[in-house]
Amino acid sequence: MSTGHEHGDDHAHDDHGHHHKETFVTKYIFSQDHKMISKQYLITGLIMGFIGIAMSLMFRMQLAWPGESFPIFETILGRWAPDGVMDADIYLSLVTIHGTIMVFFVLTAGLSGTFSNLLIPLQIGARDMASGFLNMISYWLFFLSSVIMVISLFVEAGPASAGWTVYPPLSALPMAQAGSGMGMTLWLVSMAIFIASSLLGSLNYIVTVLNLRTKGMSMTRLPLTIWAFFVTAVIGVISFPVLLSAALLLIMDRSFGTSFFLSDIFIQGEVLHYQGGSPVLYEHLFWFLGHPEVYIVLLPALGITSEVMSTNARKPIFGYRAMVASILAIAFLSTIVWGHHMFISGMNPFLGSVFTFTTLLIAIPSAVKAFNYITTLWKGNLQLNPGMLFSIGLVSTFITGGLTGIVLGDSTLDINVHDTYFVVAHFHLVMGISALYGLFAGVYHWFPKMFEGKMMNKNLGYVHFWITAVCAYGVFFPMHFVGMAGVPRRYYENTAFPLFDELTDVNVLITVFALIAGAAQLVFLYNFISSIFYGKKGAQNPWKSNTLEWTAPQEHIHGNWPGEIPHVHRWAYDYSKTYENGEYIIPGQDFVPQNVPLQENEEELQH
Amino acid sequence: MTALLTIAVLILVAIAIWQMTKIFELSQYSTENSQVANDSDNKTNGYLLFAFLIFIYAITIFSFWKYSKFLLPEAASEHGGGYDQLMLVSFIIIFFVQTITQALLHYFGYKYRGETGKKALFYADNDRLELIWTIIPVIVLAGLILWGLYTWTNIMDVNDEDDPLIVELYAQQFNWTARYGGDDNVLGDANVRMIDIDRANILGLDESDPNASDDVIVKELHLPVGRKVNFRFRSQDVLHSAYMPHFRAQMNCVPGMITEFSFTPTITTVDMRQNPDVVDKVKRTNAIRAEKAANGEPNSDPWEFDYLLLCNKICGKSHYNMQMKIIVETEEEYNAWMASQQKFGQTIAAQ
Repeated sequence: MSTGHEHGDDHAHDDHGHHHKETFVTKYIFSQDHKMISKQYLITGLIMGFIGIAMSLMFRMQLAWPGESFPIFETILGRWAPDGVMDADIYLSLVTIHGTIMVFFVLTAGLSGTFSNLLIPLQIGARDMASGFLNMISYWLFFLSSVIMVISLFVEAGPASAGWTVYPPLSALPMAQAGSGMGMTLWLVSMAIFIASSLLGSLNYIVTVLNLRTKGMSMTRLPLTIWAFFVTAVIGVISFPVLLSAALLLIMDRSFGTSFFLSDIFIQGEVLHYQGGSPVLYEHLFWFLGHPEVYIVLLPALGITSEVMSTNARKPIFGYRAMVASILAIAFLSTIVWGHHMFISGMNPFLGSVFTFTTLLIAIPSAVKAFNYITTLWKGNLQLNPGMLFSIGLVSTFITGGLTGIVLGDSTLDINVHDTYFVVAHFHLVMGISALYGLFAGVYHWFPKMFEGKMMNKNLGYVHFWITAVCAYGVFFPMHFVGMAGVPRRYYENTAFPLFDELTDVNVLITVFALIAGAAQLVFLYNFISSIFYGKKGAQNPWKSNTLEWTAPQEHIHGNWPGEIPHVHRWAYDYSKTYENGEYIIPGQDFVPQNVPLQENEEELQH
Repeated sequence: MTALLTIAVLILVAIAIWQMTKIFELSQYSTENSQVANDSDNKTNGYLLFAFLIFIYAITIFSFWKYSKFLLPEAASEHGGGYDQLMLVSFIIIFFVQTITQALLHYFGYKYRGETGKKALFYADNDRLELIWTIIPVIVLAGLILWGLYTWTNIMDVNDEDDPLIVELYAQQFNWTARYGGDDNVLGDANVRMIDIDRANILGLDESDPNASDDVIVKELHLPVGRKVNFRFRSQDVLHSAYMPHFRAQMNCVPGMITEFSFTPTITTVDMRQNPDVVDKVKRTNAIRAEKAANGEPNSDPWEFDYLLLCNKICGKSHYNMQMKIIVETEEEYNAWMASQQKFGQTIAAQ
């Protein structure tokens, strides 16, 4: 626990009166304080998100108006858009880097990194993470990998452009496409560092949740946020190393002439020496992480939703134990479904059958979660704060996107929609938009906790939510039809197929919605930045929430609570709990924070 | 022009948002400073949630009304009928669940919007309810899984019964080549190491293999209607995916291994062109193309429907234009076409 650093030992004692001298560097840059690290994660994640979303808007413009000249392309892309017409290579790069950034840098590090760091110590009643030092290293490795990824955008031959899954041989052979040279090398280096960062972070989260819970905080009293972060960290530790092995073997194939993934290749007039490798092996390794990754992205968002929704509904989350059980079931199943990305990869059809079976099973815990969220709203007293709206929006897109998973998870039906826009629509709704909503819900809800009591402007929040919600459906609902018309994804333009001529209008509609949605994110950005500086301070517990973080003072102090750490006497969801005579447990207050002891005559209800 | 128009629209939207936020902020100063939702926020957003439910239904209906005609026409392969049926049933289930759950979610959001002094119901558990909504998905999914697996096993069972035609589809950046087994219907051995561009042996056939000499290599895929076709896929460079959407068929082409797929085409190209959905589609498409021609734009010749083979796995710069025409015809037409093709032995000898 002690890291040898002078702060290390402080976690051990409970009384925390003395003060530390902190320099600018130790406070804001190489900070070991989880609250500062969480802000670092969030801001880095948002910057990466800005880049990722901007990229998607550019390639959406290309799809809607193929071959049109846009001066903005020339400004941003330079020689990749001669006369403002986007080049086919850079189109693929944009698609690739958009996927990489959004999945890993925004929704893995930006979401889970931010809120695991902020909430784990605060909600379980700990002074800080188990190892503040590892936590700091984890963030700076993430930062380094972000910087390398951004640098890769500027290499001579262009950034990686083999799709975010970087399947070899396309990604392994520089002669196969321009982006598979230096750009791809940097992509792999960046990802390797990212994985190291993610592992350090995850190990820290697991140890902290297991060891540093305050007195009375049994596992069954943990808020669902913590359950979600904890289980997410576990699947991260299980699956990220496999991606690292895939990346390392790919680096070997690319640079040292090995043949793990390559065999029998004739390209640009010559036969290459590779023999005996298989791209299918890479696909297995990649998706062994790749699928759990979907849940690494989604589970924290669901955890945040559980907490935000229960607080704002003024009701306990419905079926707490079922929610925990479904998180565990989803996590377990998520590690044995990866093959559904490979039904038509040439893998044995019997394997396809097995993966169809496991994949459709995952719909069961997901359905339980959706129904439990809906029931949580029933007969509530819903406080429709922006965070709450994003949580409701999450459940909506989670259902819409999840349902089409029934089609894609079925090996038979996958045959004809595999790799079409149907898939793009499906996963954007179920993991992209849903996880982003989770991120936004978390930011609106815990902004006061991050920025010392300051609150974000709710009206800008409403504008942000409603425009985003309408546009998200506007973009992705029609996209299912494009996919079912047979349009493959990752096509630079569809004009080579008269078959797809009549879909141009749909693509224009989708792009217009996307551009408006992008503009709406600027409202959020403005709100976020201006609230950091000029936000109005709210109450210490603005949402009247039960969890421990709101018992900590608004000012950030090292160790979170002055004096003793609060003890926990109940679960986190005693909202609107009453005595048999209908009176609230605490008169005049419809919530009972976790640190309030059981009252006389109060029934404990199993927690 | 469209670009200009869109940019104008965007600027207007941006201005509208800016103005809206200004109004919001102004109105806020006059009332209160709290950033926590009050009763009037709850009311507004509760109503908006209800409106949003209507929006979801509306965009669903709109999409079906406007876009369902874009969907692929009737399947042109034997297994395609079963595929379409399973898809239809899945979609009925999906829309049933979607309609109900979205209604509940948003209606509750509207109905139970917060008011000061209202008491929420402390309702933490109900085992029976949870059991019900666990069991129902279990049963429905069990049905779908069994049906899906049954169909899948049948589709993926590539065997030599019923005298199938053997065809190799060969992928490279960025085009397709097809190879037929010739009179003996057996493909000669091949490997990329035997490619000899100078001798026009582009698929790397083993020239010493007697089965290779009668192989027929073509750039247009002809298939006789009603006869099972066993496809064998090869790729010489990167991953490709042979996607034949009208036949509900797809399989990746993987360098270093041979993958397989099998289907029986059931509708000839000529008949498919008579299909009312296809006739409509061609009419709509040609109207668009005529308009483009009138504007002097390229790529605006009238279009005639054909089955296509597309590449559906990112394969590099020209991935978006890697296609081959497929022609399904009667047995006689097919035989006549085949008889007119040069055999591999002849092309090599001619070198």
